[in-house]
Amino acid sequence: MIPLAMAPEGKILRIVGIRGGRGIMQRLMELGLVPGSTIRVIKSTGRGPILLEVKGSRIALGRGISMKLLVEVR
Amino acid sequence: MKIRVALAGNPNVGKSVVFNNLTGGHQHIGNWPGKTIDKAEGTVNYKGNEIYVIDLPGTYSLTAYSAEELIARDYIIQEKPDVVINIVDASNLERNLYLTLQLLELGANVIIALNKMDLAERENVKIDIERLEKKLGIPIIPMVAPKKEGMKELLDAIIKYAKKSVKREMNYNEKIERYIDEVEKIIEGKLEGFDKRWIAIKILENDKEVKKKIGKDLLSQCEEIREKMNKNVGDPEIALADARYQLIKDICGDVLTKERKVTVSDIIDSVLLDKFFGIPIFVSILWMIFQFGFMVSAPFCDFLGDGFAALSSVLSGATGIQWFDYLFFGDYGVLNGIGMVLSFVLLIILLYFALSLVEDFGYMARAAFLMDKIMRKLGLSGRAIIPMILGFGCNVPAIYATRMIPDEKDRLVAIVTNPLMLCGARLVFFSAIVGAVFGKAGGDVILSLYLLGIVLAFIVAIILRKTILKGRVSPFILELPPYQMPVPKVSLSKAWQRGKLFFTKAGKVVLPGILILGILLITSTSFTYTENAEESLAAAIGKAFLPIVAPLGWDWRLLVAALFGIVAKEIVLGASALLYGASEETIATTMASMYTPLQMYSYMVFILIYVPCIVTIGAIKQEAGSKWAIFTLIYGIILAYIMAWVVLGFGHLMGVV
Ligand SMILES: Nc1nc2c(ncn2[C@@H]2O[C@H](COP(=O)(O)OP(=O)(O)OP(=O)(O)O)[C@@H](O)[C@H]2O)c(=O)[nH]1
Ligand SMILES: [Mg+2]
Repeated sequence: MIPLAMAPEGKILRIVGIRGGRGIMQRLMELGLVPGSTIRVIKSTGRGPILLEVKGSRIALGRGISMKLLVEVR
Repeated sequence: MKIRVALAGNPNVGKSVVFNNLTGGHQHIGNWPGKTIDKAEGTVNYKGNEIYVIDLPGTYSLTAYSAEELIARDYIIQEKPDVVINIVDASNLERNLYLTLQLLELGANVIIALNKMDLAERENVKIDIERLEKKLGIPIIPMVAPKKEGMKELLDAIIKYAKKSVKREMNYNEKIERYIDEVEKIIEGKLEGFDKRWIAIKILENDKEVKKKIGKDLLSQCEEIREKMNKNVGDPEIALADARYQLIKDICGDVLTKERKVTVSDIIDSVLLDKFFGIPIFVSILWMIFQFGFMVSAPFCDFLGDGFAALSSVLSGATGIQWFDYLFFGDYGVLNGIGMVLSFVLLIILLYFALSLVEDFGYMARAAFLMDKIMRKLGLSGRAIIPMILGFGCNVPAIYATRMIPDEKDRLVAIVTNPLMLCGARLVFFSAIVGAVFGKAGGDVILSLYLLGIVLAFIVAIILRKTILKGRVSPFILELPPYQMPVPKVSLSKAWQRGKLFFTKAGKVVLPGILILGILLITSTSFTYTENAEESLAAAIGKAFLPIVAPLGWDWRLLVAALFGIVAKEIVLGASALLYGASEETIATTMASMYTPLQMYSYMVFILIYVPCIVTIGAIKQEAGSKWAIFTLIYGIILAYIMAWVVLGFGHLMGVV
């Protein structure tokens, strides 16, 4: 289990948990980032934001949030 | 029959295209999420029905956590539109259905407009529409909104289903339905005018707005159930979100087929979002926008300018009334002044056009992605880069575009710093004079002004973040839309829409401004006619204020031009025509002979920074309140003064005269 920010590009990942306030959690869930769902890192930029493929859409997350999303490599 | 229709859907699915198609409106359209935040309304008459349409802000869901979502859902709950058209992006069905399910939870009469069918096809997404219709139990109209495909069918469906509601309840899995049922039983008959299933779901989701509507006793009973649910199935909010996505998965199972392969957007992104080249590419794209505007418009601009000058000289002496001819058609006349401004119309429109192309291509959200890391350090959200880029065209739409920044403080910083983006109106003045004053270095001078504006915006942002707008920049979450080939016709008509503002402004603001200046210039201090500007009222007014700007070394002409430019920056150029001479060349050479390049540069720096035009101030007032409008005004003047003075001093130090 690692923070999303540390996840390697290209690998299929499973979301394990979201740490963070209710508001942020809802915003992530409405984009399809629900615990249990699978995502893929399209692009990570070191200390900058990360680009994900989530249910067929491209979602960019800032570094702050991607540290709060816990994932495991499938 | 009167029918009220609301357009709801995820951001960037094409709601505003549909709205504009239906009502003939001019809502901002572009390929990035979050353009429409306010409700826009319009009407259309179709087959004897008066259809009232409202364009709701794009939302991914209907929680109480964000302003847009509350606007959208309150409208549906309170105004109870006859039909809710849920615009769904066919190329992104699963995610879009998440909102659809919530609209159905609300008990709304939903029709799905399945838009972007062309994009879905391009990305090899196939949808069995009939089967989806059956599973959801609501009508679905496939569309390609920009090509107006499906619009007639949509209108027919609106009329048909306005009378015959298709209200439909979707059931989630048993584990969850149990708790929804239990809450429903408690609130049964207690809340008039609301859908009880929706209320039950929202209570389980701990929705603060809905909880306010419920009495203490009832609420504590409901809370017990929430607790029980929490114990048995885990966090109810997560459980419900999960249940919706589970249901969507079931629905899509034999409806949706996707061939997963690398899309064009993936390939383009791998280049444009490159870790090392991304930002240099971004800077070059901006540079190309301006180059394009300059190169293409230059000959046309000269041509128009000459045309107005020729017209002026033909007309001079036409009426035989000396003062009248001099005021309007003289070398220093009003016609020349307004003509000078109008001759730059192509530059403005091309600038808008190039910005529209970038916007419609889908690059704006990428710019936000690329710049987030840097912007964050400076106290701005990555999203703030989008209004900044739009500000290079005109600050007014840019100020409105800051609405896509969700956090209030983040947004205020973006609003207050936006006027520092060198807009088209200021560019008009700069590009008219740099040639003669700075020769070949003219282009670099303008570039330096762009950069100065950007750097100052960042400095002001940092200071605000450390003082009156303290706080952390809110987290960055942004959907990047697929790239689209811009349709030149669409981008052009958008550029034209915005370009029209330039004409309106020329007629309503610039012309009266120049006319007043003209009159002040031909009236002597003893209120007689004069052709000697030095003894005019304008000169007297300018000279009266001169001591204030003594450290900047201005004469009364520069001061008067700047004073009139408070209303609109284009006036600075128009006024220059009245103060320095007939054509662009004359102005520039006169200025070059009267002032040193250093003085001119310092003056341009002042014009860049000082008060935003009246329309921008109005937009700031509307979006952030009078307090911030006044704040922007004052800090602008002070900063402009300081910077103009610093430039002079620094220049002298370096031995430039
Ligand atoms: N290919 C394709 N593009 C479309 C279609 N409909 C809309 N678009 C494009 O999608 C983008 C977004 O359209 P808008 O109408 O601005 O979207 P919106 O839903 O109002 O967006 P927000 O106001 O930001 O929530 C624009 O670039 C449109 O040209 C379609 O059917 N096919
Ligand atoms: Mg819109």
